Amino acid sequence: MGATRAPLIQRPEGLYCPGGDFHIDPTQPVDRALITHAHADHARAGHGAVLATRQTLDLMAIRYGEDFTASRQIAEGRMRIGEAEVSFHPAGHILGSAQIAVQAGGPRVTVSGDYARVANPSCAPWEPVPCDIFVTEATFGLPVFHHPDPATETQKLLASVAAFPERAHIVGAYSLGKSQRVMMLLREAGWDGPIYIHGSLERLSAYHIAEGVPLGDLRPATDNSLKKADFAGQIVIAPPSVFESTWAQRFPDPVLAFASGWMSVRARARQRGVELPLVISDHVDWADLTRTITELDPAETWVTHGREDAVIRWCELQGRAARPLHLAGYEDEAE
Amino acid sequence: MRDFAALLERLAFTPQRNAKLRLLAQYFAAVPDPERGLALAALTGDLKLRAVTPSLLRGLVAERVDPELFAISYDFVGDLAETIALIWPDPETPPNDTDLPLPQLVAELQTTGKAGLPGLIAARLDALNPSERYAYLKLATGAMRVGVSARLARAALAEYGGLQLIEIEEIWHGLTPPYLDLFAWVEGGARPEAAALAPFRPVMLSTATDLDALRPLDPADYVAEWKWDGIRVQAVSDQGRRRLYSRTGEDIGAAFPDLLDRLDFEGVIDGELLVRRGDAVGTFGELQQRLNRKTVSKKLLETHPAGLRAYDLLIWQGEDLRALPFAERRARLEAAIASLGDPQIDTSALLDFGDWDGLAALRAAPPDPVIEGVMIKRRDSPYLAGRMKGPWFKWKRDPLVIDAVLLYAQRGHGKRSGYYSDFTFGVWDGNELVPVGKAYFGFTDEELRALDRFVRGNTIERFGPVRAVKPVKVVEVAFEGLNRSGRHKSGVAMRFPRISRIRDDKPAAEADRIETLRALLPAEAP
Repeated sequence: MGATRAPLIQRPEGLYCPGGDFHIDPTQPVDRALITHAHADHARAGHGAVLATRQTLDLMAIRYGEDFTASRQIAEGRMRIGEAEVSFHPAGHILGSAQIAVQAGGPRVTVSGDYARVANPSCAPWEPVPCDIFVTEATFGLPVFHHPDPATETQKLLASVAAFPERAHIVGAYSLGKSQRVMMLLREAGWDGPIYIHGSLERLSAYHIAEGVPLGDLRPATDNSLKKADFAGQIVIAPPSVFESTWAQRFPDPVLAFASGWMSVRARARQRGVELPLVISDHVDWADLTRTITELDPAETWVTHGREDAVIRWCELQGRAARPLHLAGYEDEAE
Repeated sequence: MRDFAALLERLAFTPQRNAKLRLLAQYFAAVPDPERGLALAALTGDLKLRAVTPSLLRGLVAERVDPELFAISYDFVGDLAETIALIWPDPETPPNDTDLPLPQLVAELQTTGKAGLPGLIAARLDALNPSERYAYLKLATGAMRVGVSARLARAALAEYGGLQLIEIEEIWHGLTPPYLDLFAWVEGGARPEAAALAPFRPVMLSTATDLDALRPLDPADYVAEWKWDGIRVQAVSDQGRRRLYSRTGEDIGAAFPDLLDRLDFEGVIDGELLVRRGDAVGTFGELQQRLNRKTVSKKLLETHPAGLRAYDLLIWQGEDLRALPFAERRARLEAAIASLGDPQIDTSALLDFGDWDGLAALRAAPPDPVIEGVMIKRRDSPYLAGRMKGPWFKWKRDPLVIDAVLLYAQRGHGKRSGYYSDFTFGVWDGNELVPVGKAYFGFTDEELRALDRFVRGNTIERFGPVRAVKPVKVVEVAFEGLNRSGRHKSGVAMRFPRISRIRDDKPAAEADRIETLRALLPAEAP
């Protein structure tokens, strides 16, 4: 790295590249933003210009309206921004998600955004991007996080539907990404009946279908022609915030499930008042996170949003250079 | 082990009793012997295993995980067994995908010596997945904590077999894990012979009544006695074998060796377990200090001596008296108790009353604070198992009530999903409101909807599923008594609190004060 200036620096609004005069996933409006994926804490409205994958731009337009940015550009191949060369690579997190590789004369940096290494049929798989500095998320950066095979978690849900056929099952799942992932898992497990969805999922799910992700028969859960008893034995997917609203009152004696990597820790599941925790995550667990660092073998690892301490400690034990980036504004609760 | 681990996980997150019963019954139906019987024993606390200590587990994990990473993780997870189950590193060569049978795991824990235990546990943790590891560690440490009482587990078995719970409770103490004969019976086979000495007999229970319900009855057909606020027990002594059962058939004798020593007879006595010092009767709170102990200190035996106040006689010197009318049993009881000549075992006095109003007057002014009402029994009633409406009534004293202010609300489950239905309320201590209890019933469905609306419209802070509300809503809380409590900031703990009325007519400033509650506390224990 020597005398060249830092390829990325930390600013209050997020990671900033001086060579290219842009931010990556800034948490406040900036002139030029590169966005890894469309989750709300990474992709905010109001930037001057946004560079992202086509799907991320589409999803941002669905969430924030077509005027979410003054100008937009689809990321394709290697692109030059000022002195920096950047490229986008699949992150395996949600539809359109990308890692961003940046080089501005000095070391090659890969900003992972959020990423996952297990197969996710709703998006392209993560690919390794060789780098000197790897910026990794640490949402599940504790050795207690071990995400089981999502198919076995899906079986738990189906077993519960069989055990309580007179009740509805409401699966709390983040509206972008996790919801569609749960739909795909249900389809793969052979659940080919209708899946009832909360209104906030409609446009996002329709976009997935248009992009070639087959989600099957989705129906609005708020259809007024349906009576309470009609939801017996049915599966409803909704953002977890509905657990606290009166929305859940329309269903018969519902079993509240929650699809999230946090569900492997009992105290977290209890905190959400969940009856059926489903450990389904779109992030790397501890084993995949540490395996990724080992495989990429970067000269330096920067650790951001999540449990930085444990990942830094692990790097120390491995004799790897690492430092925490204390970036504000990323939420891990929504996973 | 997989089925058992899945069951424990599901039970731990299932708050509703009926759903728990369903899950257990489905497990009993799906899982073969002897595994299901061992699971039942694990839940009822009848599985005797060598106790694995937390320090043994800490030692094991320290050999495999960096202490700093473990500390950060434990801090996040908050439970030792859970942290170990989750953090235990997968072995270099992944284990075969075989389901280790629960009977094998139990047998190993029973037979392995102290020196071999750490090696055994480490090998098993290597071979299990995180959810199974958690179940295994809970089994090995003997702390299931899945919110299933022994009684609920037995009730599920009864439900599975279409039996009455009482039928299972009656023979339970003669049976041992893995309960092959019991499962054979609930699935249609022969009833197991209750071969053990000193078995439990189903207890006769009463139904609630009041003055209006009593009026049509002829007082001459009934006797009445005080209802003491202790623990209803059945004291059994059978050829040298002595047991003290709760009314649900739980053997609680280990906590009361002093009373067991006094059961110097052949027979079965139904009575009230009380702390007794001469003629003085201790409060329920004092009795509680003696409960759920594996061993009792000498000091506690001296300061809180146990006694028995006898209500009824089921069996005496080999003769079964249950079919006799109450009046005859009562005469036999008085003679039997007199023959013991033990000041700690006496007979519950019959009350002298002419008509129901006379009884009402007695009930309104009981001679002892540890009386919680009156019992009314038909003179001609045999001793029958269970709670049938009629021969025995309980007429409890009126509940205590206070006006309290709602402070917190928590979301309910199942049919109450989406409603805030569990309430914490407080009273004034100076200018501050201190929480004094929690209640989640007593209100009507309509009142629940109104309370739910109130909570949503008046939330001032959120903590997970709990909301703090603006302290403006006054509710009337009814409760059965008050104990001292070191665990609550207010220093008091209510028994059986429920919300009996919403007091929209009352401003929060006029809610009760802590002094009012403190005045209701029983006198300080010596």
